[in-house]
Amino acid sequence: MEKSSNNISRRNFIAAAGGVTLAITAYALYPTLSGSKKEIDPSDLAEEKVNAWVHLRNDGQITIYNPAAEMGQGSMTALPVILAEELDADWDKVKIETAPINVETYGFKAFGNRKVMINVGSRTVMGYYDALRQAGAQARYILLHSVAQHWSVPIQELNTAPSLVQHEASGREISYGEIVDILQEPENIPEIPSSDLKSPDEFRLIGKVLPRYDVPAKVDGSAQFAIDIQVPDMHYGVLERGKVHGAKPSLTNAAEIQSLEGIIAIVPFSYGVGVVATTLEKALAAKAKLAIDWDRNVTAQGHDSQSDLEGYQQLADASSDGKVMHKVGDVKAAMRKGIKKYTATYKNDYIYHAQMEPLNAIASVAADGQSAEIWAGTQNPGSIAPTVAKELGIEADQVKLNLCYLGGGLGRRSTSDYIVESVKLSQATGKPVKLMWTREDDLQYGMYRPLSLQKLEAATDANGQIIALNHCIVGDGSNLLASGAKNAFYNIPNQAVDLRLTQKGIRIKHWRAVGHGPNKFAIESFIDEIAADQGKDPLDIRRALMKDSPKALATLEKAAEMANWNTPPAPGRARGIAFGERSGALCTGICEISVEEDSGKIRVHHFWSAVDAGTIVQPDNVVAQMEGGIIMGMSSVFCEQLTIKNGEIQQSNFHDYPILRIEDAPESIEIAMMPSTDSPKGIGEASTPIVAGAIANAFATLTGKRLRHLPFSPSRVKRVLEA
Amino acid sequence: MPAYSLQINGKTHKVNTEASTPLLWVLREHLALSGTKFGCGLGQCGACTVHLDGSPMRSCTLPISSLQENQEITTIEGLSPNGKHPLQEAWIEEQVPQCGYCQSGQIMQAAALLDQNSQPTREEIISHMNGNLCRCGTYTRIVKAIQRAADANT
Ligand code: FES
Ligand code: FES
Repeated sequence: MEKSSNNISRRNFIAAAGGVTLAITAYALYPTLSGSKKEIDPSDLAEEKVNAWVHLRNDGQITIYNPAAEMGQGSMTALPVILAEELDADWDKVKIETAPINVETYGFKAFGNRKVMINVGSRTVMGYYDALRQAGAQARYILLHSVAQHWSVPIQELNTAPSLVQHEASGREISYGEIVDILQEPENIPEIPSSDLKSPDEFRLIGKVLPRYDVPAKVDGSAQFAIDIQVPDMHYGVLERGKVHGAKPSLTNAAEIQSLEGIIAIVPFSYGVGVVATTLEKALAAKAKLAIDWDRNVTAQGHDSQSDLEGYQQLADASSDGKVMHKVGDVKAAMRKGIKKYTATYKNDYIYHAQMEPLNAIASVAADGQSAEIWAGTQNPGSIAPTVAKELGIEADQVKLNLCYLGGGLGRRSTSDYIVESVKLSQATGKPVKLMWTREDDLQYGMYRPLSLQKLEAATDANGQIIALNHCIVGDGSNLLASGAKNAFYNIPNQAVDLRLTQKGIRIKHWRAVGHGPNKFAIESFIDEIAADQGKDPLDIRRALMKDSPKALATLEKAAEMANWNTPPAPGRARGIAFGERSGALCTGICEISVEEDSGKIRVHHFWSAVDAGTIVQPDNVVAQMEGGIIMGMSSVFCEQLTIKNGEIQQSNFHDYPILRIEDAPESIEIAMMPSTDSPKGIGEASTPIVAGAIANAFATLTGKRLRHLPFSPSRVKRVLEA
Repeated sequence: MPAYSLQINGKTHKVNTEASTPLLWVLREHLALSGTKFGCGLGQCGACTVHLDGSPMRSCTLPISSLQENQEITTIEGLSPNGKHPLQEAWIEEQVPQCGYCQSGQIMQAAALLDQNSQPTREEIISHMNGNLCRCGTYTRIVKAIQRAADANT
């Protein structure tokens, strides 16, 4: 690092994104590669010109830094596509590397205009879109400026073609790689006005089907996830954590554990006991032998997930208002005026992330405790250095994070509990430690989508119009529960979301699409219940509700057309429809199902969905995200149920917490993307929230019965059918 | 600690570990063959699938002591000499992986199917692949990719 930083300081470097001129330092030169060996040989550096987002080499290779964690959502490819578009780069010459973790340089503005490097809420592409277009346009400007100086022609006479600068008047052209040797730093780099950016019809890369950059390494086993990392002298750490969240351990056989072969240390945590050993198998064997007395005098004790729902119902029925999260018009007044009233209750059990790569991290804390290096997959890369530094009492710049591929994030990997654990184990032992969570650890000390109950009330006027909708949500977790309860695309003049909080002491967290899953289930079921009562078609009632929301309505019409809504399905089958918006994306889904009456098993045969996600950067990836979101949604709707008895998590692994298998995937999933030139919206969670409502509505059409409690496990479905 | 000799991807490897150590830890942590993944440790997810004399096996539930010296173990790293097994190419064509974590196991499981049955039906594919979980929900593309690779066989 030292040496190359000297090399670099001799050179003239260029500015970066957002019109901010950056002092380019060595960190831009050695980004950590996710999943492959470093390609940049320090001896090549003399031939490179660098800005914070782009390396251009004189052989034409263009390296673009990806500032986001890649957890399957595909933004590792989408973000460089955005930059390469404005740079007018030849995509075949583009290499993608993970950006250094430097929030000031590589963050995007979110959450109150703060710069962040965090990948949550489907915000990555939309969060970086403008900044990366600007960065690409500015990088292009630098190249144009250099050529204009070199050829002594006005910059306005120059144009670009993929990786070429052209001067039409003289018929000359020069490749981007060749410009490296004549590069001249402009006095200042102007902010490129949006009128000078490409118009959508000029896009060559945005909106085109390009293969994902990470896919080849994910079919030959070479992609590196944190769990795959090995470092010299690495030891292995595991923790035993309580089955009751927050319970405090007392280890009763420390001497026995300490005497086991290969055990380096026992490390106490307030909520668990850590063991560090020379091998993973020794660490796991020791973990199995730990004898721990748990002090269960904690909030979670006594919590029974299924019977506590009765208390949730009482809270929902209580007359006092909870916390009003959203309000339009005057719901109470409108309710009084209404001609007909509707009430319905919906429930959902806890569910768990079940990302395929169990949590893990490698930490190497220096012997003097004054610096640390981390290897991890995290959705919150920007937070790791400050968090670890605080833990160690050192400065954040003494912590280096090597960001690896994530074997799924799904909301779980935006906290850093597992990374902090690895740091503590390394600090306690003076060794680099790979911390592993077993699947059982991952499930039982998980952070779940909260248990909740929703009571919806509506009133209609003399014409059958819904004039009031009150949505009462009961459960733990404030915004985790409220997301998606607001209906901005339905023309209902009086609406309120009323949150009534409980405290059960269970670790809870964002789970793909957060509160949208349960809330859209409730809202979309309720709309169909009102439609059924009024003898209206579920499509027609939504058409009327969306009359002032043309973009939402367009997804509805498109999905109906794809599914042939007006042609009845084969006997024994029914279709159901649902709409939802998440992270700006508007999405209608329709499923076609059948039910095995004996077993209570519901089968989804087909799923059609139309999404308006603004400008589509990577179309095939959007389709993949929509497909995956539907399948994960189906998994949560049919299979997933985490239960708690007297505070204890009852499930432990995939045998008792099943997730959807291939036999239960639909025969076909069809996705349509609405043409749009709006800025990109989030697609990673767009389709998940519509699944439950579409299935429940199809089920009601088929059987005349309502499913009101997620998941729709066969036993529950049978009970509903028999009721 | 007992010593074991294993045939993996055509090479002999010596490993010292406890008799009960699963092949999965041996591959990943002792031999740094990390393409084979840990998902559940319980034979429930298929992320750890390798071939043992050509049959797909869950390496998380195979203690090293249960293996014979002459048994040939194949991992994703040894599936093809250059990463160009027809399934690997089909996986790229269909853009199957998302997070990618389950995909070594999926491909190893699928490869064993095509070895036995070069033209599987959709039903055969689904029943053969049912033990392999994918949390990202790539199932519909997995079916298409296996069909594509099977078609390439003809
Ligand atoms: S890790 Fe072996 S089947 Fe899941
Ligand atoms: S691709 Fe992520 S689990 Fe299968």
